[in-house]
Amino acid sequence: MQHSTPAPADPDIQALIADHLHLEGPLLPILHAIQAAFGHIPQTAVPLIAVALNITKAEVHGVMSFYHDFREVPAGRHVVRICRAEACQSMGGTALAEGALAELGVAWHGTTPNGNVTIEPVYCLGLCACAPAAMIDGKVVGRLDAARMSKLLKEAGA
Amino acid sequence: MKDFIIPKSVHDDIDMGTPARTGAPVTLTIDGFSVTVPEGTSVMRAAAEIGMQIPKLCASDNIEAFGSCRLCVVEIEGRRGTPASCTTPVAEGMAVTTQSSKVKKIRKGVMELYISDHPLDCLTCSANGDCELQDMAGVVGLRDQRYEAGRNHYDASGLGTLAQGDTRARSVAADLGNPEYIPQDTSNPYFTYDPSKCIVCSRCVRACEEVQGTFALTIEGRGFESRVSAGMTGDDFMASDCVSCGACVQACPTASLQEKSIIELGTPERSVITTCAYCGVGCSFKAELNGDELVRMVPYKHGKANRGHSCVKGRFAYGYANHKDRILNPMIRDSIDQPWQEVSWDEALTFAAQRMRGLQDKYGKKSIGVITSSRCTNEETYLVQKLTRAVFGNNNTDTCARVCHSPTGYGLGQTFGTSAGTQDFDSVEDTDVIILIGANPTDAHPVFASRMKKRLREGAKIIVIDPRKIDLVRSAHIEASYHLPLRPGTNVAVVSALAHVIVTEGLMDQDFIRERCDWDEFSEYAEFISDPRHSPEATELLTGVPAADLRAAARQFATGGNGAIYYGLGVTEHSQGSTTVIGIANLAMLTGNIGRRGVGVNPLRGQNNVQGSCDMGSFPHELPGYRHVKNQDVRDIYQQIWGVQIDSEPGLRIPNMLDAAVEGTFKGLYCQGEDILQSDPDTKHVAAGLAAMECVIVHDLFLNETANYAHVFLPGSTFLEKDGTFTNAERRINRVREVMKPLNGYADWEVTQLLANAMGAGWTYTHPTQIMDEIALTTPSFAGVSYDVLEEKGSVQWPCNEAHPDGTPLMHVDGFMRGKGRFIVTEYVATEEKSGPRFPLLLTTGRILSQYNVGAQTRRTDNSLWHDEDLLEIHPHDAELRGLKDGQWIKLASRSGETTLRAKVSDRMSPGVVYTTFHHPDTQANVITTDFSDWATNCPEYKVTAVQVSHSNGPTDWQEEYNAQAAQSRRILPAAE
Repeated sequence: MQHSTPAPADPDIQALIADHLHLEGPLLPILHAIQAAFGHIPQTAVPLIAVALNITKAEVHGVMSFYHDFREVPAGRHVVRICRAEACQSMGGTALAEGALAELGVAWHGTTPNGNVTIEPVYCLGLCACAPAAMIDGKVVGRLDAARMSKLLKEAGA
Repeated sequence: MKDFIIPKSVHDDIDMGTPARTGAPVTLTIDGFSVTVPEGTSVMRAAAEIGMQIPKLCASDNIEAFGSCRLCVVEIEGRRGTPASCTTPVAEGMAVTTQSSKVKKIRKGVMELYISDHPLDCLTCSANGDCELQDMAGVVGLRDQRYEAGRNHYDASGLGTLAQGDTRARSVAADLGNPEYIPQDTSNPYFTYDPSKCIVCSRCVRACEEVQGTFALTIEGRGFESRVSAGMTGDDFMASDCVSCGACVQACPTASLQEKSIIELGTPERSVITTCAYCGVGCSFKAELNGDELVRMVPYKHGKANRGHSCVKGRFAYGYANHKDRILNPMIRDSIDQPWQEVSWDEALTFAAQRMRGLQDKYGKKSIGVITSSRCTNEETYLVQKLTRAVFGNNNTDTCARVCHSPTGYGLGQTFGTSAGTQDFDSVEDTDVIILIGANPTDAHPVFASRMKKRLREGAKIIVIDPRKIDLVRSAHIEASYHLPLRPGTNVAVVSALAHVIVTEGLMDQDFIRERCDWDEFSEYAEFISDPRHSPEATELLTGVPAADLRAAARQFATGGNGAIYYGLGVTEHSQGSTTVIGIANLAMLTGNIGRRGVGVNPLRGQNNVQGSCDMGSFPHELPGYRHVKNQDVRDIYQQIWGVQIDSEPGLRIPNMLDAAVEGTFKGLYCQGEDILQSDPDTKHVAAGLAAMECVIVHDLFLNETANYAHVFLPGSTFLEKDGTFTNAERRINRVREVMKPLNGYADWEVTQLLANAMGAGWTYTHPTQIMDEIALTTPSFAGVSYDVLEEKGSVQWPCNEAHPDGTPLMHVDGFMRGKGRFIVTEYVATEEKSGPRFPLLLTTGRILSQYNVGAQTRRTDNSLWHDEDLLEIHPHDAELRGLKDGQWIKLASRSGETTLRAKVSDRMSPGVVYTTFHHPDTQANVITTDFSDWATNCPEYKVTAVQVSHSNGPTDWQEEYNAQAAQSRRILPAAE
């Protein structure tokens, strides 16, 4: 990736795994802990988790890939999620999303070349009353239009 | 399973939808028809029982119901909605409707959705005519597909209109306009995975988990994106944990997972049920053909050994039958430095017969002998031992069981009274605690291992006694309760220590022992084993097994419910092999674990018919049925039928033959289907013995290593080319059926008969069934066996006679065959093979999943992609001490010889122990092994050799000389016109 942060070391990953082994059904807590620590779940973690839990790497991959929020590679410094669900679509969400993608020059799940912004679709933020809505770094924003979106993207450093 | 679509399939192969249950009877009506099934049965299976196939896609009767496809919905009186019949258990008085306008509409709608993301290139699809999706579309009457072509998984161009078989869809594969399109995975040599044809029914994933137990597959992603994935991101099938057992391919209802042979050759039109010729599990297969062209081998659902499962060898590795190396013409030569001369059968047989008779005239009647094959049929083996007893006039017959399970025969014969395992494979389903000693079933007996793993996942415990961390010690969803990593050669001490704990802690089953065993012998044994020198604490230093673990393991076995012992060559191939087998029998008797399901002593036999070859009288001292040649009454039976006198003296064992050859008294050998040069210990000694003989007749598929020293080569036939029977590790006699005519012209039994007749025997067998009749007539334990019986029952387990007309799944149920079970003291005597300053490491040998025995068959298939050379596994500590790195060439030396191979640094090994396989003749692991052998049976001590490991620059002198000699010896001159 564009970031120069060093890849997480195996012992660090193993320590996080060990912290959760006592739990019943420890796989999801482990995935959360690794993502929280490194911003993503490096592929090197998959076999380590598999060995620790005595399951296969396929099983880890199956669970991890089921949840869109688990990332295989680090995201940009800021994550913008635009709602693509029905209510937002009916309020101009499609145009808003296309505009944002065009402005950033990337496809869904892409990150800008400077590593500042990653853009993702999300299916309903529960903000239908304020559609179209988006979420930037965990903070929701509603009643967006092209200008506001552009301003937010610029603030994020796109 | 998609097999049932093939219209001309043999027997009843209908997929019942969900697994069978065993519960109290429940009666319900389905579409007005009354049916009674066991409680817990699904509505779908109940319907199938009365011949009604409810439409389905995600259900199959070898995996648990899943309820995802929603095609099998039905209506049930008094219940709301439309439940899935696969996940709905039957209930008393239930009234089910399978065909109402409501469910039909739902099914059609579901089917339409499936089809909306499935290419409609049925005519050019490899599953055409063998596709459940196609069948179900027909069954539900799908006539329309109203969804617009949009995003899909099959059109690489992204236009959303092209069927997958369309050339335009293929031509743009390099530039994928469609992010949802995933190209085919063709990495596995035997099958392809085409994501575009996947309907995400999860049958493959579930088969991999539930049937095979490997968990190599998963569904990645979710919703529309979800697809089958082998391993993690970036893995293809070859890079994943996949062991290529074929269960997923078998389970796939479409062409998504498809055999490459079907893609190339088309769907088969006929099938023949036969038995696999690889390991001692003896899986039943359907050989599916077009004419006489074999298209694929699929495991046969009603096979009682494999229950519809298979492994990479039996399922896919049959290509050797047509390999270019196969020799189809007889060949002769005067001496082994000459090239081979192709000749007619007549000339070869006359040459062989004259030479053999000439040797007998010159050196005496006992100067020649035979080695029977554990890969050939019972009938063929019977004829070969008959050849030596009736035609040669001596008892010089031996078989490769000498080098594998002869101690099993001796040990179990002495203690229980029969030379065979006590259980059937189904028995493992009732086992609570397994002791596994010196066996690695996931590699060597994979189909049985899958059944064992299934039981372990259900909660049974396993105690592994092995110097290596084999897969059953710890692998996905399997964890041994105890791993006792003993030093090679200390089996007896460990088994005795287990017995010591059981006896001294009073954990034995006194009632069983009083009732079933000889009490005086037990008392004597109990006194012997209670001696503190047998305690785990006393033997810990010697065996390397922590005493606390051993005690805990003994307690678990004695008190954990049904205890079964499974063992392999790690037990028998030792100087005290027979003693360990006796110790195992003692353990089973002590704990009362004999004579019912879920318990017993179970040797895992190596080769497909090693049990059978022993049963058929291959040993020099025993006539068929393990009856000693010194018994006049037994000899009389054969003398009467064969019209000859039978020698009352036992003949020579293989090692004796070779010793006698070196001494100059044994001169001629007929060796059928065994490569003693590669498989027997101390290769140099074997080579010297063979070189000293004046007539070596090799009867084999290939010019094997032994053939380098042969004067006559008689081409053999494969298991596909003959009729006969194999007997597997559970004493099950399975039919082998002729699938195609022998490429070499004759089945092996015919060749033996031709040789016998060339020597004046006058045999007149015209079909193997006559040989089986002769076996039944002369051998009490086979008295009830005939091809008619096998045809009717599928298979039987011997003894099969008047007392047991249906065969004997479990032995010693009401009492031991010999009367009272016999406890024999097991004094530990350390092997003379010890590590020391010059040879500080202990070498042990074994095999790997994809290769079989000396590799003659599997090396000639794509199985070599998994294992193309023998590697020396060495613990990181031992490697570091010697400055060795993973993948480096190393020299492996013992007192007997030295060889070179590459190192694999692995912490599966214990420090001080190294391991290799013997699949490749280039390595010749047996140059290293010594001539130490079992005290009772001469079974070689393959499993313990003191060795040193060091850096190497290349092949040893022996390897270079040997390869030069082999190349020289394999020259062939074609027959003169």
